[in-house]
Amino acid sequence: MNVFNIVIAGVGGQGVLMASKVLAESALAGGMDAKQNEVHGMAQRGGSVISFVRMGEKVYSPVVTPGTADLLISFEPLEALRYLHYLKPTGVLVYNSVAINPSTVASGMAVYPTDLPEQIAQGSPGALGFDALAIAKEAGNPKAVNMVMVGAVMKNLPIDPAIVRGVVEEISRNKGGEVNLRALQGGSAAAMHEREFAGSSSVSTS
Amino acid sequence: MVYMEKIISGNEAIALSFSDSGGVFASGYPGTPSTETMEELARLGRVYCEWAPNEKVALEAVIGASIAGGRALSTMKHVGVNVAADALLTLSYTGVNAGLILMVADDPGMPSSQNEQDSRNYAKFAKIPLLDPADSQEAYDFVREGLELSERFDTPVILRTTTRISHAKGVVTPGERLEPKIGPWVKDVPKYVMLPNFARIKHVKVEERLLALQEFAENTPLNRVELRDRELGIITSGVSYQHVMEAFPNASVLKLGLAHPLPPGKIRDFAGAVKRLMIVEEMDGIFEEQIRAMGVRVDIGKDMIPLCGEVSADIIRVAGGEKLPPVAAAVENLPQRPPTFCPGCAHRGLFTILSRLKAFVSGDIGCYTLGALPPMNAMHSTICMGAGISAAHGMAKVNEIAGRPEKPVAVIGDSTFFHSGMTGLLNMAYNHANALVVIMDNRTTGMTGGQENPGSGMLLQGGKTRQVDMVTLVKALGIDQVVEFNSYHLAEAEAAIRKGMETPGPYVLIDKNPCILRYRVQRPIRVVDQEACTGCRACLKVACVALGLTATGEKPKVSIDPNICNGCSVCAQLCKFNAISES
Ligand SMILES: Cc1ncc(C[n+]2csc(CCOP(=O)(O)OP(=O)(O)O)c2C)c(N)n1
Repeated sequence: MNVFNIVIAGVGGQGVLMASKVLAESALAGGMDAKQNEVHGMAQRGGSVISFVRMGEKVYSPVVTPGTADLLISFEPLEALRYLHYLKPTGVLVYNSVAINPSTVASGMAVYPTDLPEQIAQGSPGALGFDALAIAKEAGNPKAVNMVMVGAVMKNLPIDPAIVRGVVEEISRNKGGEVNLRALQGGSAAAMHEREFAGSSSVSTS
Repeated sequence: MVYMEKIISGNEAIALSFSDSGGVFASGYPGTPSTETMEELARLGRVYCEWAPNEKVALEAVIGASIAGGRALSTMKHVGVNVAADALLTLSYTGVNAGLILMVADDPGMPSSQNEQDSRNYAKFAKIPLLDPADSQEAYDFVREGLELSERFDTPVILRTTTRISHAKGVVTPGERLEPKIGPWVKDVPKYVMLPNFARIKHVKVEERLLALQEFAENTPLNRVELRDRELGIITSGVSYQHVMEAFPNASVLKLGLAHPLPPGKIRDFAGAVKRLMIVEEMDGIFEEQIRAMGVRVDIGKDMIPLCGEVSADIIRVAGGEKLPPVAAAVENLPQRPPTFCPGCAHRGLFTILSRLKAFVSGDIGCYTLGALPPMNAMHSTICMGAGISAAHGMAKVNEIAGRPEKPVAVIGDSTFFHSGMTGLLNMAYNHANALVVIMDNRTTGMTGGQENPGSGMLLQGGKTRQVDMVTLVKALGIDQVVEFNSYHLAEAEAAIRKGMETPGPYVLIDKNPCILRYRVQRPIRVVDQEACTGCRACLKVACVALGLTATGEKPKVSIDPNICNGCSVCAQLCKFNAISES
């Protein structure tokens, strides 16, 4: 059974659900079966959100089980670490490096870890982290972080990027289409750049 | 590719199907994970639909619609059926005129509920059929099937979903669209008037109907046998079927689309055809109990599949005797990220004060329930919708008997007040309780995503309506001491609450600040003067995610994230050094 498993993590209000919708619809448009599912409800209240997208010839369960994700996309670094165990050993992690304080940190009951990039790299050596907020702002709306993140993983999907672009265009036809497409492009370029940079730096240190 | 194919959630599929299947009237009350069904129905715009003040009213309205000849749908979350149960159990006796579906969404694992009850019990209890779809396509198909069943067997039908059906999106190919046909509206006293002498006759009919449905269950394609490897046979339904297919794709499966009543013949045949029989059902062991009672040997069931929480493919693999490959453990001891009041929410000011006053808060269900979490710790009981006021009444009476002078404080939202708080307040006025009630009238049903209600002045399908005035309503229930206050202004709010707690008798405080999320309120954001901030952390008590400590220095100072701050100024009012101001 060849199913591609994606986990998207983030914080309520970040647009995780919209990103999931884009991925699921893109799979359908690409001729695949797909299921998408998230735990929300109380999610709007700044809680941790996790969403699953599965695509392939035939998809049964809407749920991704730990250790089986081909791709983990996290909109926030702490959430990347929280759901890291969903990745399979060969899975890819792409995350937004901009932290959002949980209420436990904001109220002084807990401390936000300062060594997140190191901890993440330890669990997923090829992980790619970058400032998606800056790119979203450049594209014209700080809320477009979700589209930046989709753009950043386009290369990792079993779908033609042109299809993803088409779906984003279709979904945001009435509102924010241009911004979303710019964010998508920005995310894609950033990922490419980061990968090249990471590649060259690993060469230079070896 | 079929061009009509779309990827939609179970809730959207149910709405679409009701709209495509001659649906005439729908009424529901919001509740995760059921809410989007009515919202989608309103968006589609082909069927009249409305939010009722509570589930009992919704179901009763739908009963009336069916009697009047229109195919009808009621939607609610699992606990909503408790509220509507009085209607449901006698509706089973009267039966229907036009097809009637009660859509109930269960919440295994409880990501957003106060309990984990299994609605299949209600089908058994009410002796009515229950359909258990396993994906969005079945959710679509079972609505039409359910309406037909309802009319054919003269019975209400429960369409039961779970969170992973309601919210999971899957591919759906819609069917042919039927035009609504409204049937005659006929008087039929023995059918619809459940006086004892008519009800006795009806009870016999209910038992006969159940037997007829059982026979139907034996032959309907809703219950599907998939014979593969005979070593292991699995009986399952709903989303568990999908997990079974992930775990044991080669096993034989009896998939029950009609989860009540069960087909004993089909089950015996299936059990006889396989070597080991496993039953996979989420939550209660309802199939297992009945199947064992049929005298069928069950090899694996609730001894291996937990009663609590969701079922997963991994749980089923282990139950079936497979070993799981080792996976990396989740990283432990990370800071939790629980849901919390939105930046700018009016509830924050209220709970800052209640926390300070150390009152016993008899809570209710809504966004304000988050006031129970640290650092507020300012809600001390939450049972079900409406219980905040009624329970505060009982507390007040015992305090009175014990000679304790303290007043309990009930906190309730507008939607919950309309749902079932009003009768509790009537009781407080009638039986004279020494209690304070705070109504947070933010003019929306916030917790479930901001639905309209009788106080919002708007309808589900858009358009204005009469807006109930909270003060007038509270007075009409017999409360004389009704005071409006502003929870954003901490000093004023504290004085008002103190007064309410010290004045004898029933006392109601009403805050009318709108939900900032629903009504998109944004005030000028605040900034922290880094020179003036002493790092005392007094402001952090408001638990706002816009606040954070700078990572540097001995005594880190506070800063405010301008992207998140909503400008409510509650944190600023806690600062003794005037370090927080408008930017
Ligand atoms: C019987 C029942 N029906 C529905 C729900 C789902 N639910 C949880 S909170 C809530 C309403 C919250 O609205 P409100 O009381 O106005 O408070 P707010 O969240 O706006 O502060 C609802 C409908 C429930 N828990 N129980």
